[in-house]
Amino acid sequence: MSSVARDTPAGTDARTGDARSGSPGTLTVIGALLRKELLVELRTLESIPGMSLFAVSTLVVFHFALQRSTVDGDLAAGVLWVTLLFAAMLGLNRLFVADAEQGGFDGFLLAPVDRTAMLLAKALTLLAYLLVLEIVAVPAFALLLLGPPLGPTLPGLLAILALADVGLALIGTLIAALAVQTRARDLLGPLLALPLLVPIVIAGARASAPLLSAGHAGALSARWLAVLALYDLVFGLIAYAVFDFLLED
Amino acid sequence: MIELEGLVRCYGEREALSDVSLSLPQGQTLVVFGPNGAGKTTLLRVLATLLRPHAGAVTVLEHRLPEESWQVRGRVGLLGHDPLLYRELTARENLRYHARLHDVGDARVEDLIQAVAIADRADEPLRTLSRGMIQRVAIARATLHDPQLLLLDEPYANLDPSAIDLVAPLIGAQTGCTRVVTSHDPTGGLAQADLVVGLRAGRAVLVKPAGEIEPREIAELYR
Repeated sequence: MSSVARDTPAGTDARTGDARSGSPGTLTVIGALLRKELLVELRTLESIPGMSLFAVSTLVVFHFALQRSTVDGDLAAGVLWVTLLFAAMLGLNRLFVADAEQGGFDGFLLAPVDRTAMLLAKALTLLAYLLVLEIVAVPAFALLLLGPPLGPTLPGLLAILALADVGLALIGTLIAALAVQTRARDLLGPLLALPLLVPIVIAGARASAPLLSAGHAGALSARWLAVLALYDLVFGLIAYAVFDFLLED
Repeated sequence: MIELEGLVRCYGEREALSDVSLSLPQGQTLVVFGPNGAGKTTLLRVLATLLRPHAGAVTVLEHRLPEESWQVRGRVGLLGHDPLLYRELTARENLRYHARLHDVGDARVEDLIQAVAIADRADEPLRTLSRGMIQRVAIARATLHDPQLLLLDEPYANLDPSAIDLVAPLIGAQTGCTRVVTSHDPTGGLAQADLVVGLRAGRAVLVKPAGEIEPREIAELYR
């Protein structure tokens, strides 16, 4: 026991107030990690503005490169998902940088906490980044490129985006944790992530193409939604099983 | 408290620690001397459970490493060269974050902010603080959870004499904690040591009780 804990008037046992002795609960740890992540992002603005600006810039490039004023159907879905995928890469690459460069991993590993808390907190952080990205990118896509109106298709598109985002966040967190330990992390992250994320892009594009077609001719495909959900589940389990090993020496 | 028998730790082909053996009873202070690259920091990181031993037997706080690392975490306070603090967060935010990880209440955070005399700068981002101030925050972070074992890598680096006095109740011998301290200062190091280890190129070339050490033996480690 330090003398501060024993001697100062306000000195108490280290575990005071609402705290219990022993390990903190996983939800407490996730909350602490999430709060830290969002504070760091709010102060540095390293991820979200970059992702959003990249997405809008890419849509502008598509607008001119395709030499068409509007797109719909398969082409529209392809443009949207490729844009979101590459913008997500920027967030993925930055996800663990502060932890790796400022000793955050060591600080976390020294604590008597469930390692899975970091997986969940980081995946939730990336999910939040993707949400903000899509709040910017989807209206920009509708404004710059999409032919059919977005409004009627929005509920279906949101369902597809939500399922795809879960997969992007889980796989992104897993790959980012692996890549950040290497010297070539900026290269390795996208190289490892892209092949694993291709099925999400395929399922997302196939599911959203009918919604983005002229006259909204197609219905929301339950099959592709199921594929996305299954992919999320599989990678959720894989991430849960291997994440500890990525953090440990 | 700490038992090492033939500890080996490698980085690739290179042995950073080679056949290190020692025994440190509870409540005593081990001071580790050695030139840069001798393996001092690696030894602390193995004891902190951050690095796995590659060979030999390591027992810390009565638990074998790495098999029972989870029993040791949360009972060790590590103060390294890196403060393990986020530059964009304030001192108070950093300490509260670590307090949550160790299930420690906010009252303890406020006690430590007062104890290391950073109250007037506690709400400024860490990147705006001097290295000495950051070291004080790092000491508060390392002792936040009242660890039983303190692992201190040149703990007084960047601290002025008044700050050294200030943090002594937290990391000094009077804490009663078992301590492993690395140092390049023979006089200051010997003054606080019960046991001395001299490392050179990863080998423990000197393991003696502090009372039996001649200062020249430590000086020879650096030649």
